[in-house]
Amino acid sequence: MSHYAIGIDLGTTHCELSHVDLTTDQPRDWRESLLPIPQLTALGTVEEKGLLPSFLYLPNAGEFPAGAAALPWDNQAADIVGEFARSHGVKAPARLVASAKSWLSHAGVDRNSALLPWQAPADAHRLSPVEASARYLRHLGAAWNHRFAEGKDGEIEAIGAQEIILTVPASFDAAARELTLAAATQAGLLNVTLLEEPQAALYAWIEAMGEGFRKQVRKGDIILVVDVGGGTTDLSLMAVTEQGGEVQLTRVAVGDHILLGGDNMDLTLSHHLNQELLAAGKKLDAWQFASLTYGCRQAKELLFSDPRLQRAPISIPSRGSGLIGGTVKTELTREALARILTDGFMPRTPVSEMPRTARRMGLAQMALPYAQDPGITRHLAAFLSRQARALEGAVGAPVLTQGQAFVHPTAILFNGGVFKAAELKNRLIEVLDQWLKDDGGQPIKELEGADLDLAVARGAAYYGWVRHGHGVRIRGGTARSYYVGVESAMPAIPGFEPPVKALCVAPFGMEEGTQADVPPQEFGLVVGEPTRFRFFASSLRRNDPVGEMLEDAAGNEELEELAPIETILPANHREPGKLVPVNLQAAVTEVGTLEVRCLEAGGQGSWKLELNVRMKGDAGAGR
Amino acid sequence: MEEHHSPKGMSFMDRCGLAFRLLFNGDLANRAAAGLAVRETKPAPPPPPPPERAHASGLLLLSALQREGRLVDFLQQEVAGFSDEDIGAAARVVHGGCRKVLRQYFELEAAAPQAEGEAVTLPAGFDAQRFRLTGNVAGQPPFRGTLKHHGWVAREVRMPVLNEALDSRIVAPAEVELA
Repeated sequence: MSHYAIGIDLGTTHCELSHVDLTTDQPRDWRESLLPIPQLTALGTVEEKGLLPSFLYLPNAGEFPAGAAALPWDNQAADIVGEFARSHGVKAPARLVASAKSWLSHAGVDRNSALLPWQAPADAHRLSPVEASARYLRHLGAAWNHRFAEGKDGEIEAIGAQEIILTVPASFDAAARELTLAAATQAGLLNVTLLEEPQAALYAWIEAMGEGFRKQVRKGDIILVVDVGGGTTDLSLMAVTEQGGEVQLTRVAVGDHILLGGDNMDLTLSHHLNQELLAAGKKLDAWQFASLTYGCRQAKELLFSDPRLQRAPISIPSRGSGLIGGTVKTELTREALARILTDGFMPRTPVSEMPRTARRMGLAQMALPYAQDPGITRHLAAFLSRQARALEGAVGAPVLTQGQAFVHPTAILFNGGVFKAAELKNRLIEVLDQWLKDDGGQPIKELEGADLDLAVARGAAYYGWVRHGHGVRIRGGTARSYYVGVESAMPAIPGFEPPVKALCVAPFGMEEGTQADVPPQEFGLVVGEPTRFRFFASSLRRNDPVGEMLEDAAGNEELEELAPIETILPANHREPGKLVPVNLQAAVTEVGTLEVRCLEAGGQGSWKLELNVRMKGDAGAGR
Repeated sequence: MEEHHSPKGMSFMDRCGLAFRLLFNGDLANRAAAGLAVRETKPAPPPPPPPERAHASGLLLLSALQREGRLVDFLQQEVAGFSDEDIGAAARVVHGGCRKVLRQYFELEAAAPQAEGEAVTLPAGFDAQRFRLTGNVAGQPPFRGTLKHHGWVAREVRMPVLNEALDSRIVAPAEVELA
């Protein structure tokens, strides 16, 4: 057993690391568990902070003086990770890598190819989202080793020897999870398990409550975890059941990966104020716009924290040294805040109102697929309604939803810096309570004391400790069922794409450490040639066993198309061009990743299908 | 004794004359020896000044206040020609940024626990650095008075250290925007 279990939150905008001592039975003081991370806050200045901003700045040769980016563990460091990367990157965005995590889940690009910084010129040095994520993890690992592994017990205390729990959004599909794991391996983190972020948040709450948590949630409770971070909104449902007198927690459902978060809110405010300034004849350059966005965030926090204030002034400094007279002034009024943020992102809509999706026009945009509808309440309505229908038909579902328009949560746990604004929390609760009242349910109870910024890392470390037999575990298995596309044997009709069927290879809720053999189909791999399958997932279909065949995959609203999976059968001892019959097998590893393999029918061969192949062109129509 | 400062230097005859004078005039010999000694121990031209090590932390604080709060820009500008409104707008920027630096690097608290305007009694042997007497300063402690300013004490200092490779005198680099 390792000395420590380490929880790492690899966030879109920030990373943190929390640790727990595995060699003791005593609960830890989680307040002392956050690793201070040395990072550059200005050139030549290294400071320790509890958060590592997920930003990487790749300087041009000679842009900074030699040794200016030195870190305590590497005085030759040139590339910059953390606070200075973020603050300086605003001024030179073509060299800044940001939002690498959001790119990890984007099936429309080759996530292993060097494409970040997204706006970098053609000849610039670029990295893949996987490599960028690996850099952040490497920085965290080096910070850990610097603090813990410098002495004589270096080998035992080094991060490579500890148990690492790395968190991923619950809505991350199998490919994104595998890429996250690949980033960890690249960073030298070997003993890694993946954990869903909403589960980590719940673990952190349970740890903070201690034994008292059993008084707050009991059998029959359904906990809705709403996690709105800087860049994503992640929704999960957990059910509280009982087995043999012991409280059990099961993760029942997860929502789609929605690229919508606090950063979108700040940008919306600053766009609005920018329009006002333009109308008054003041034009801001790109740097000043970034400064305006920062000012909006400050103004928003001020207004949310003090209900008596009606307006918050924002001053945008000049680029040059003539600060007085060069500063552009504007202000954020409470009315604008309520209209744009509270009503814009948490509108009071009925539970029947679904998110607006604009139709994709012609050429698919290659940038990040930000959510088109900013209304988080509508996304929540869609999640709860669709899951209610899915659970209704599900065999052995832990939650009964007959006669309900949507799943009735009984408790809500918030996570993410966005909810530091009590007004946003209260609005969401108000909307939910209205839905519950209209559908014959009870008002929801808030699970208080959530640590909105740090819960995920803390909870991940706590889970590392729970795994060794302390406290309550959240059960779940896969949050989706997975399918491969099978072409139907129809004669080719010019101009008509033959319908694709979906064959279930991994059923919903498949537990870690289990595997499923797909009943034999007539699949063959051609030696020496790559074979590709279309790949689908569903967070709604719970009853499909392995081998179930669904008609018309592309038209099925419950299926979401993911990046295709591919394998190539090397021509080692076989004749190129020969057809080898295979059967499919799916396995969920202990680590938490899905593996789909082709097994030679009547032979020994086994080939793993790669999950993260790029989707062709605008095949993103599945979303 | 005057020397021959001709461009060609001293002639052979002049040097002989000087040598004889040195031999027989002890006072001249002493002065000549002293003059040579001064010449020999005169220091070489000073090397370029090293980065200001002794004042590095002061410069680092100034640099942080400029970077986050534009303090140097603000103070370097002449305020006479500007309206209160303009100065106020700039002051908000400076206040926000500098406050962040102050809180990051220092834990500041009041030197006196009382509120301003409250009565204060200073006993004999009071900390004369922490408390400053004003007004009718006479007599012996204990002194009774009113607290006019609660003072500031840095309870904790968390300043980072600037990397030796860099020059702390560069308070803020010039910014050049590339097209």
